[in-house]
Amino acid sequence: MSPLLSVRDLHVKFPITRAGDMPWTKPRILHAVNGVSFDLEPGKTLGVVGESGCGKSTLARGLIQMVPAEGQVMWQGETDLLSLSPRRMKPYRSEIQMVFQDPLASLNPRMTLGQIIAEPLKTHRPDVPTRERRARVAQMMERVGLLPQMINRYPHEFSGGQCQRIGIARALIVEPKLLICDEPVSALDVSIQAQVIELLKELQRDLGLAMIFIAHDLSVVKNISDEVMVLYLGRVMEKAPKAQLYDDPQHPYTQALLSAVPIPDPIAERAKQIVPMSGDMPSPMNPPSGCVFRGRCLRAQADCAQVVPQPGESLHQVACIHPGPLQASETAAQ
Amino acid sequence: MSLLEIDKLNVTFEGDDGPVHAVNDLSLAINRGETLGIVGESGSGKSQTAFSIMGLLAPNGRTGGSIRFDGQEILGAKPKVLNKIRAERIAMIFQDPMTSLNPYMRISEQMAEVLTLHHGLSKRDALAESVRMLDAVKIPAAKERIRLFPHEFSGGMRQRVMIAMSLLCKPDLLIADEPTTALDVTVQAQIMDLLGDLQKDFGMATILITHDLGVVAGFCERVLVMYGGRVMEQGPTEPLFAKPTHPYTRGLLAAVPRVDDEDATMKAIPGNPPNMAAPPEGCPFRPRCDYAGDDCRVMPPLAPFDGARARACHRPIAEVTS
Amino acid sequence: MVMTSEQRVETSEIAAKGRSPWADARRRFFRNKAALMGLVILGFVVAFALFGNSLAQWSNEELDYNVMGQIVELGGPSIESGHYFGTDDLGRDLFARTVQGTQISLAVGLVGALIACVVGTLYGAVAGYFGGRTDSIMMRLVDIFMAVPYMFVLILLLVMYGRSITILFAGVGLISWMEMARIVRGQTLTIKGREFVEAARATGVSAPVIILRHIVPNLLGVIAVYATLLVPLMILTESFISFLGLGVQEPLTSLGALISEGAGTIAYGTTWQLGFPLLFFCLTLFGLFFIGDGLRDALDPKDR
Repeated sequence: MSPLLSVRDLHVKFPITRAGDMPWTKPRILHAVNGVSFDLEPGKTLGVVGESGCGKSTLARGLIQMVPAEGQVMWQGETDLLSLSPRRMKPYRSEIQMVFQDPLASLNPRMTLGQIIAEPLKTHRPDVPTRERRARVAQMMERVGLLPQMINRYPHEFSGGQCQRIGIARALIVEPKLLICDEPVSALDVSIQAQVIELLKELQRDLGLAMIFIAHDLSVVKNISDEVMVLYLGRVMEKAPKAQLYDDPQHPYTQALLSAVPIPDPIAERAKQIVPMSGDMPSPMNPPSGCVFRGRCLRAQADCAQVVPQPGESLHQVACIHPGPLQASETAAQ
Repeated sequence: MSLLEIDKLNVTFEGDDGPVHAVNDLSLAINRGETLGIVGESGSGKSQTAFSIMGLLAPNGRTGGSIRFDGQEILGAKPKVLNKIRAERIAMIFQDPMTSLNPYMRISEQMAEVLTLHHGLSKRDALAESVRMLDAVKIPAAKERIRLFPHEFSGGMRQRVMIAMSLLCKPDLLIADEPTTALDVTVQAQIMDLLGDLQKDFGMATILITHDLGVVAGFCERVLVMYGGRVMEQGPTEPLFAKPTHPYTRGLLAAVPRVDDEDATMKAIPGNPPNMAAPPEGCPFRPRCDYAGDDCRVMPPLAPFDGARARACHRPIAEVTS
Repeated sequence: MVMTSEQRVETSEIAAKGRSPWADARRRFFRNKAALMGLVILGFVVAFALFGNSLAQWSNEELDYNVMGQIVELGGPSIESGHYFGTDDLGRDLFARTVQGTQISLAVGLVGALIACVVGTLYGAVAGYFGGRTDSIMMRLVDIFMAVPYMFVLILLLVMYGRSITILFAGVGLISWMEMARIVRGQTLTIKGREFVEAARATGVSAPVIILRHIVPNLLGVIAVYATLLVPLMILTESFISFLGLGVQEPLTSLGALISEGAGTIAYGTTWQLGFPLLFFCLTLFGLFFIGDGLRDALDPKDR
């Protein structure tokens, strides 16, 4: 069975003009996503993690043509989404939906709950009569845990968690096959995060949804993902099935990232060895030659500047020419 | 005598729809050199507690109770008194360093200003001390970088500058309100590490306000868990995390995924955070609590047990921890 | 279990109808005393314009031969003669003429503002939403249009084609749509970047629907505020044109024309001829400005 989504060599570039440039000056290029490839099977979840500026949100938007992208995005083994004109892309939008980070901001403040959830249905299935549309909206609301009498309320009357449920209901009403979640729980309280994650997993099970889950919180990603991809400066550093990535990371960046995640357990947290990363993230407009991580990597050697490491195609991909488990010399005691 | 003693603090805001009781009956004490974490979600009242200590409440806020710093009552004190304490004895750092720093002034000017105004140092001495402080927070090439503007620093660097500025007057107490929430996880680890080192070197008491249980676990000796404007549980960090005795604390710890746990399980607490304009009767956690009973319509007192621990719950420990 | 049973009970007791952002704004507006005062003042002026004629004892064209020639002595305001505001230089009842003038001025103001709003909003929203080359071209066109001295063009048109009220309406409205377009474009750029517009695009909603359903309703706050400030501007423009003698034709009159006449005869001591039209002119403007201020406060996006 071919994968649901097959991305090959995705690039997203933004031309940056600075104020004061002449109209004819060639703009500098911000290479936000630099050659990302992955496959996604139906019903599975790919977690995409990285720090700010790694390009994970841009990647999500590039997949569905919300930003101009180059490369190949094969849908169900048949269609390259990036080759479609905006008009021909429209029907595919009902198959791939998105949930956003800021629950309140992703809802039009002047529309009622019912109108917000109904909109995708109106857009893609205008043939559905009003009564049936209302029934489907009510059904969806119940599915995500919203009370039916809230249908005429406005977004600002709801809490963050409820707003996110509305966003999920809106995304799922057209029965998509893939749900892209861009930091869906980052803006929520801890006790509510668990509710929304539980809901997403339940819906995934029941509807056979595939998910791309973008987040910076590695603990949450571990809960929900089958496979995890680590991005840095627009490139894939490491990609592996969840257990392998978290238990046996091979890339120095992944190792540094994992060691920094705070553990809600005083004994474990204080005994933890942190892998230090020196310096700051380089500007994406001026990346280092060779491996983009070499400026901050403890393991960096001379040849890291010559070669751009490729992640490869195996199950556990590592973009590093010196991969391997942590050495004792590389950690710093807390 | 404790460095800071808060006794039955109440904070109420006059809102459009009626009064909002942000903090109810809060009491805490912190000693010199101690690290205390205040953990809570939105509406818990943790930030308002911090603002009350600093006298930074919004104009429509009303307070009751008492806050004594080094024996001196500071709640409702005159601005002159508060200003002196704010600069020299208590310092505060905030979540977003970009809005806390003046974008039009160089860092050198902003930092030196603190010293020339409060300690009467000469400009040259103030500058030298500022550079020294930037070194202490591990900003590379401090002498050159100090002449930069805030926007020329990265987020993590700006937070270090904030910390350096707050330490200039060698305060006795540092209040950090979600200092790392807006930062990447690796930068967060560095900043918390730095705060830990500085705390030991300067011997200052620190109140760390956060929603992140992992950060609290790593940094704080004692923890206060707040919900709906009240203290639910408090005590030394290790026993509290090892054996939480309040339904909310237990729920919170179960809801947070652990990266070192094989499945990183998350168990949801049903319901929503309380509406502080119309809080539930009695215990604010009652609508969401598995153990709630009719007696919970009366707020349980914060009862001490096991020495330094305390909990506010009617149900006995054995029932909640079974 | 996502909602506790307690919450189910609590929320079912709450009314099903939501509290729209408009309702919130309306509440805030009515709590603003200055805005309410503005509303009362404007209400009074509108009532005057609509119902004044039923109180007038004279029509606005009739010449009162009793006072002709002796305006200064006999033409002053009096209840007995029926000339509540006195008469103008020709002996026509000033009360009736002021009523008529107010009607015309308000009409010009409202219609002009309406044209400016509709044209300006659509133009600005389209330019702002599509951005890029379209936006550049559209806004450079606006820049060029704005450089044209509109007052002169309007006066030229009026001189060439006669003083018709249609040209007045259209001309006055077309002067101000460009400001509105600029403002709407700026707001559109802001709204375009908000997540709910992104969500609509990701869903596949078409551009015209996004503009009409997502962008324009969120612009209405800004538009409403600016429109209430436009109406006084239109009235002023029209008054200026009438003051120059190029406004509406006799026997129709506007407040501007009346003020112009009144200013001309003030040397003879007939102050009422200037005073009353000026009074209503000022009341109208004050009312509108206060309402505009109140709207701006009520619709402040920070509070949304």
